[in-house]
Amino acid sequence: MMSDFFLLMKQELAVTILIFILLFTKVGSKEWSGDAIFGLVNVLLIINLLAGFFFQSEGILFNEMFHTNKLIAGEKNMLNFGVLIISLQSYYWIKSHEHAVEFYILLLSTLLGMFLMISSGHLLMFYLGLELSTIPLTALSNFDLDKRRSSEAAMKFIISSAFSSGLLLFGISLIYGTTSTLLFSELPKYLTGDPLQILALVLLMAGFAFKISVAPFHLWTADVYEGAPVAVTAYLSVVSKAAVIFVFVSALYTVFKPLAAVWYNILFLLSILSMVTGNLFAIRQQNLKRFLAFSSIAQVGFILIGITGSSQAGSTSVIYFVLVYLFSNLGAFGVISTVSFLTGKENISDYRAFYKNNPFLTWVMALSLFSLAGIPPTAGFFGKFFLLMAGAGKGNYLLITIAAMNMIVSLYYYLKVVRTMFMDENDKPVEKLAVGFYPKLAMWICVLGIVAVGLASWVYEYFYSLTNAF
Amino acid sequence: MNLSFLIILPLITAIGILFCNGLKQVRMLSFAGAALQLVLSFFLLIFYWKERSSGNSSPMLFESNYSWYATLHINFHIGVDGISIAMILLTAFVVLAGILISWSMETMNKEFFFLLLFLSVGAYGFFISLDLFTLFFFLEVAVIPKFLLIGIWGSGRKEYSAMKLALMLMAGSAFVFIGLLGLYFNTHTSTGEHTFDLMQIAHMQVPPEAQKLFFPFAFVGFGIFTALFPFHTWVPDGHSSAPTAASMFLAGISMKLGGYGCLRVATYLMPDAAHTYSWIIILLATIAIIYGAFATMMQKDLKYINAYSSVSHCGFVLLGIGMLTKTSITGAVMQMVSHGLMTALFFAAIGMLYSRTHTRMVDKLGGLLKVMPFISSVFVIAGLCSLGLPGFSGFVAEMTIFMGSWQNADSMYRLATILACASIVVTAVYILRAVGQTVMGPLSDSHYSSLGDAGWNEKLAAVLLITGILAIGIAPFWLNNLVTPGADIIMQQVGKIIPVK
Repeated sequence: MMSDFFLLMKQELAVTILIFILLFTKVGSKEWSGDAIFGLVNVLLIINLLAGFFFQSEGILFNEMFHTNKLIAGEKNMLNFGVLIISLQSYYWIKSHEHAVEFYILLLSTLLGMFLMISSGHLLMFYLGLELSTIPLTALSNFDLDKRRSSEAAMKFIISSAFSSGLLLFGISLIYGTTSTLLFSELPKYLTGDPLQILALVLLMAGFAFKISVAPFHLWTADVYEGAPVAVTAYLSVVSKAAVIFVFVSALYTVFKPLAAVWYNILFLLSILSMVTGNLFAIRQQNLKRFLAFSSIAQVGFILIGITGSSQAGSTSVIYFVLVYLFSNLGAFGVISTVSFLTGKENISDYRAFYKNNPFLTWVMALSLFSLAGIPPTAGFFGKFFLLMAGAGKGNYLLITIAAMNMIVSLYYYLKVVRTMFMDENDKPVEKLAVGFYPKLAMWICVLGIVAVGLASWVYEYFYSLTNAF
Repeated sequence: MNLSFLIILPLITAIGILFCNGLKQVRMLSFAGAALQLVLSFFLLIFYWKERSSGNSSPMLFESNYSWYATLHINFHIGVDGISIAMILLTAFVVLAGILISWSMETMNKEFFFLLLFLSVGAYGFFISLDLFTLFFFLEVAVIPKFLLIGIWGSGRKEYSAMKLALMLMAGSAFVFIGLLGLYFNTHTSTGEHTFDLMQIAHMQVPPEAQKLFFPFAFVGFGIFTALFPFHTWVPDGHSSAPTAASMFLAGISMKLGGYGCLRVATYLMPDAAHTYSWIIILLATIAIIYGAFATMMQKDLKYINAYSSVSHCGFVLLGIGMLTKTSITGAVMQMVSHGLMTALFFAAIGMLYSRTHTRMVDKLGGLLKVMPFISSVFVIAGLCSLGLPGFSGFVAEMTIFMGSWQNADSMYRLATILACASIVVTAVYILRAVGQTVMGPLSDSHYSSLGDAGWNEKLAAVLLITGILAIGIAPFWLNNLVTPGADIIMQQVGKIIPVK
């Protein structure tokens, strides 16, 4: 029993240990320099990531409150990996920040929350995990301590999170009221399509939609993304979103399977709204972080199409796409983070003729954007293709056609950024930036991922072998 | 022969370019890669003949099939028939000529040659794919290099044109994508799975309702690539803004991707729907032919002249496909090859003129034959081929299409054929006018008298393309023999469903 506990919860325990190590470092008498902390944390993160790949096992703990299997372990590894990349690419920012240790403590706390959320087998456990991941994130959004925008972002984030948590709780209580259970394994038996249950499902989905910023619940996204430090924005847009999407898919595919007809229609509507809103607003953005905020709203719209597929291919394509999206978005954020710290420039127009002095950064950015736009041979092409293919399996070609049209719109604004970097004239282009080893390493990893994940089919096949049939 | 070499070789060349230093190394490597590719294509042709003459009559030769995404039944399935080989040869010729023409490209030469070769990877991959996923993959691979080539090295309103081209071609691939997905989910193999495999789909009956629903998506999607009216508007802007080599690639290779797709995917796999919709194809093709010809008459810029005439000439390809007779389909393929060579030559000639005179306006040029006899002759040859003079490839191809079209006995279709034939007169008008004003007469500008003639690289490029044109023009039977078995297979498919009138 005891060994089970350690084995099954090893990823959570590892993160907890990391948090404690950092805590002791902070309260200890020795002042650590920025570089030393950075080195220590990243070594720990790498160990943490690697440890996740060994001794993967399946099982349940605490009366089904907590469960894990290979797929869940894989998803957690993905989140670990995202955190590592973000940490590497924020090198400059962390090194110069006076509260670097606290940054990592908070970051790992949210990660722990996400792990518990993904592994939850009970709605209360899920809720606890979600809150544990949200509240430290608010503090993180405020981490540019001397910037007013940053605190504004935190304020907006906490209010909208509280609102969405309220929706979730209301939904959960309605479900408890109609089924008298909150266990994932028992819920499907009691879900009969009662109107109150459908209301509960709608509320729950609205709560989820807030967290993964699906239109029309996306209004907080752009402001928070813009105000928060780049590292936190990257975290919000990739890791935190990925975690909620994982839970969302597994909840819809297992717990709410009896209500599939209902959520199919809701997803249909939400995905169209999300793609259209995200794309139309992204066209007009000047700030790169806002731009990526809207582009991520559109991307989630595509993910929802994959979910509508309601098949094994559907859940696989979603998880696969999240991995692809992780590489692509983090590639873009890596460049933004470096440029933003070294020059303070975050606007698209600042990147005019960027290619002249910084060809490497430009190519990383361009590749990331191509991948986000879904252009071969980047992984984004495969990700989008499989998402839409899973969606088309349901025979809803209207949705696929709308999605395909949206891909053209999205290509327009991604290419606009590429055009700015390669083709526009600029009297004073950004100087040649000396990119440090760590950010460069992070970018190379992203580039490698963007190129390799699509062409190497075993990644997809691996996830396919882990997911369950619908 | 393993066909993967056709993709691997340009890919290795492209990657190798990234490690080169300076223009000299870059262009030598590109040249070596492209030349080797041409040799490889000829070997392919010889092997193909050997196989055929030894009695191998399977529809596709040199097939290899690797599982790619096994759970989704996506394979990397490649193979060629005569039609593909014709297109591969065309691509090899144009790529080599394009690289020779860009010999002195100074600005960002590494990126330039890299993108050119990367584009060719897309084209080769597209022509050998027998799996719809791989085919679509390579189709899209070829889009973004075009955007960058035009946007960075182009002239005039290059950013606008590049964006327009990228978006319209992407819209085309979006349509193709829907068509392919529709096909996929309407296939059922013996094991009850769906498949992307082109040959397997050809052997099974796709339900006619599904064909009617998804044929327009696939055909219009590929049609946008090959300037199907009214989606041809990217052609003039794209071609005129592109640097010379990119124009050659665009007109010589990229537009052929569309024609090949219309034939191989839309018509071959959905023959029922091809019958149903053939009148629309014919209508649009006829409009494109005539509209393109008249629009060309009004142009003053040489590149616009060639671009609009490309709309007209690609209309012949679509006409040939839409007529659905064996001869017309053979003609359509021949026209693709012929137009690819001819238009690449034309753009090369225009590029050579422009790099010396710095103008492409017909009324500012004149009398160039005196100062640049070689370039002017090339220009005249390209023009004469374009207007379909016997002895050049244009005549052979267009004649075959007209013959084939006339075989379709429907009176409205015959009317379309007559109208299409009539457009040749208009072609003659604009070609002769452009050629006459540009190279004949007195020298329009005294500065021109000091200009030099073509360098060795330009000469070699032009000679290459002219060789191709003459080889088809004087001895058309080899191309005909190459293409006909492929057309036969497509016709069997069409004829299996409904007997042709």
